[in-house]
Amino acid sequence: MSPAKKTRKAAPAKKKSLTGSAREGLLTQSELRRIAERVFKLSDADETEVMIDVTSDALTRFANNTIHQNVAEQGLTISVRTVFDGRTARATTNRTDDESLARVVAASATIAKSQAKIPHMLAMPGPQKVQRVARFFDSTAGFTAQDRAKAVARVCRAATKRKQTVAGIFTTGTMQSALGNSRGLFLTHQQTRAEFSVTVLDPDSSGWQKANSPDVTKIFPDALADRAAEKSRASRKPKEVPPGHYTVILEPAAVLDLVGFLFYDFAGTAVLDQRSCFNKRMGKQVMGPNITIWDDVYHPLQTGAPFDGEGLPRQKVLLVDRGTPRNLVYARATAKQMPSDMKAKPTGHGFPLPNEYGEAPMNLVFEGGKASLDEMIASTSRGILVTRLWYIREVDPYEKILTGMTRDGTFLIEGGKLAGGIRNFRFNQSVLEMLSNVEAMSPSVRAAGEESFEMVVPAMKVNGFHFSEVTKF
Amino acid sequence: MQDWADWALDTAKSRGATYADVRVMDIRHRNLSTKNGQVGNLSESQSLGLGVRALASGSWGFAATDRLTREGISACAAEAVSIAKASALAKLHDVAMVPEQAYIDTWQNPHVKDPFRIPMERQLDHLLAADAEMRKVKGVTLAETSMAFCRIEQLFASSIGSRIHQTKVQSGAGIVATSFAGSEIQKRSYPNSFGGQHMLAGYELVESLDLVGNAQRVGEEAVALHSAVQCPEGTKTIILDSSQLGLQIHESIGHPIELDRVLGMEANFAGMSFLTLEKLNTLKYGSDIVNVVADARLAHGPGLGTFGYDDEGVPAQCTDIIKNGLFTGYLSNRETAVSIGLKRSGGTMRTESWNRLPIIRMTNISIHPGKWKYDDLIADTDDAIYMETNRSWSIDDRRYHFQFSTEIGWEIKGGKKGRMIKHPSYSGITTEFWNSCDAICSRDHWTLWGTPNCGKGQPMQTMGTGHGAAPARFRNVKIGVAFSK
Repeated sequence: MSPAKKTRKAAPAKKKSLTGSAREGLLTQSELRRIAERVFKLSDADETEVMIDVTSDALTRFANNTIHQNVAEQGLTISVRTVFDGRTARATTNRTDDESLARVVAASATIAKSQAKIPHMLAMPGPQKVQRVARFFDSTAGFTAQDRAKAVARVCRAATKRKQTVAGIFTTGTMQSALGNSRGLFLTHQQTRAEFSVTVLDPDSSGWQKANSPDVTKIFPDALADRAAEKSRASRKPKEVPPGHYTVILEPAAVLDLVGFLFYDFAGTAVLDQRSCFNKRMGKQVMGPNITIWDDVYHPLQTGAPFDGEGLPRQKVLLVDRGTPRNLVYARATAKQMPSDMKAKPTGHGFPLPNEYGEAPMNLVFEGGKASLDEMIASTSRGILVTRLWYIREVDPYEKILTGMTRDGTFLIEGGKLAGGIRNFRFNQSVLEMLSNVEAMSPSVRAAGEESFEMVVPAMKVNGFHFSEVTKF
Repeated sequence: MQDWADWALDTAKSRGATYADVRVMDIRHRNLSTKNGQVGNLSESQSLGLGVRALASGSWGFAATDRLTREGISACAAEAVSIAKASALAKLHDVAMVPEQAYIDTWQNPHVKDPFRIPMERQLDHLLAADAEMRKVKGVTLAETSMAFCRIEQLFASSIGSRIHQTKVQSGAGIVATSFAGSEIQKRSYPNSFGGQHMLAGYELVESLDLVGNAQRVGEEAVALHSAVQCPEGTKTIILDSSQLGLQIHESIGHPIELDRVLGMEANFAGMSFLTLEKLNTLKYGSDIVNVVADARLAHGPGLGTFGYDDEGVPAQCTDIIKNGLFTGYLSNRETAVSIGLKRSGGTMRTESWNRLPIIRMTNISIHPGKWKYDDLIADTDDAIYMETNRSWSIDDRRYHFQFSTEIGWEIKGGKKGRMIKHPSYSGITTEFWNSCDAICSRDHWTLWGTPNCGKGQPMQTMGTGHGAAPARFRNVKIGVAFSK
């Protein structure tokens, strides 16, 4: 194996101080287009599609009040889909030299031809008009390892001063994607991302906070660490409270990680496959009248590309209207397969082809309420405040029963006030039932958890939440 | 690969690294799936790149690139050193590592049939045949099949002189039948859920699974579950099949013994561990018949945790984790070994890809087989539920409290397997559970299962782990909580 020819040129850094930043890996529009055109020239397929993803990510990881891992990566993938007489397949490479591109095109062709004709396969879409979204921030793209380390060092010093232990991550990066096909479609998207997550520990308690934004200037590591520290301090010497049904106040990250399990149920393919919890429930009231859910990639707190895996523009879709599931999302092929009485049309939510899952809404937005977290606590005579949930898994896919644990800041509420930390609970709870018992909500915010991708959700006060067992800490 | 590694090491050293290692990896995947008689996924991918880990100013830095020119590789190595120096801004003490010698070696896992040389048509026909058999069963609403293959060629090179070339070929396959009726979605998988069985083996593994021969049974069981008896709630004896016991080992032994967790390095995401350092050689983890090892050697079998050397250049080893019920060992690397006074790393540093930092991962965490024949164990059991094939799993962030549910259960009464049970689930506290184990089946019933999807680390890495297990019996276990009201 010999070193590959240099065929990809990095965009020059705009100023010297950006050395080591994610900006260095970016390609220009014309460089992306040239790669796509080289692929089209190499292909003799009936139709050819190329997806190019360029990523540059860096992550500073800290624990025990010191940085223990600190990484950066740059990568590029070129994924080619060919179509021959109603047969299609995909092959992917991370090499851009002529030989590698020829090989990936040939691999896609060989695989495509290895199968029977796919009935009613749709032609690739032609050029599309897509609404632009601005999600690329120079502040994030120019952020360096030194910038992250300085912020982390401050957080570590503060923890040491408070005689607490701190762990977490600070990550920044850029991503570019381009999607083109031989019918003239060519779309690009680029965005930045920044995330800070922090856990503060005392000997018998802990607290956690996390924030995520395309703009690193909207991330406030010191404030997040202070809040996590206060949660840990306030939950020292946790009491054991018996399991049972409680009024709970779920902070936005906890709401996100629960409702995130619903996202694929809104896929037309999931309903066709009879594995969605909305089978036989479309148009029926299955949640409370205060629950309205949209999929909206254009929402100011959302991120992501405004087009799907085939290049169709993403549409804003009303999924649940005041507790009643009204609409699903559809890829082009799924919309054709749905029963005619559903009048399904493509919504721009398809995954790259070929795939068995069809589509999904990736930009869920819940309509929130007006209550503040403090007001929800003040109105609760006895209940539990949950900061974060952990290791959530589906127990029953139709009733949507989920199990999981509370973590990093679980508090008893008595007489409208926090009454100290408690040992963590296991829950077994139907999400549909939970969304039928929401008493109050805060305004929606962009929330980041660990079990689901980021969404725009409120904090919720929920009655009758089922905690089934308690652990030892 | 050799030139690329040398360029990276030369640059790292010239920029001030006191130690550096490089992984050049060429990773090839092939994935096939079908759904209800149609092709689902049909794809191949190849990814080639290089990652550099550098120790400078007493701290770590890591950078990875797929720009495999001299300029690109040198920039990557220089960045790793620069990042290490940035890490030192929040340093409490210099990183220390136990010594390890340099190795120059080549290693490849044995396999009979290269899965990438088997025509895709043949692989697809195999899956479509199993898919068709499942759909013949009335009531099956969704039939799914899949195969996954991976080939990793990698060179490890370090500044102490190691040059280790390894090639690993991995294969896996499985089928799932789903049945939706009334208000229930029931499913059965074979030979295991979440992708089937995976091993460090060639296509011969897929051929040995007899997917087509098991497809009808899988479909029939999925449909029959609708009319099965609901798992009761209470305390009972349970027998776990070997695949479920494999996952129980993974979650309640494999993760808590990771020394990086124990030392707080994973506190923000994967969590910590109840196995604090004073518990080593003092904690009664399980009953006297529970013996567990972490064994990455080929002699243990072709598991997903089998290799010649770990991704820190340490040879594969076998470590006693639980010996006659006593907790005796952690999973360690060169850095964490220092913390517990080990003279040598346990050799468990593994990376998902060239662009990820190696971290402590499970190898093959396996329970030694016991003496029971399966039929004798059933005959010896008066009142129990036999639970088979995982459906959901969850455990707290210190690995104390777990809850598992399986796809299917069977009532055992008076030493005989009887009625089918739906929605079986059980829960408990890790050490209480393992101390309630009173019977383990023999080598004849022991399988080295592959878990291809273990997530850990930030950024997240997915790793394959191996778990040898045989059916085992546990007394006084809480059951049915998952569906309690």
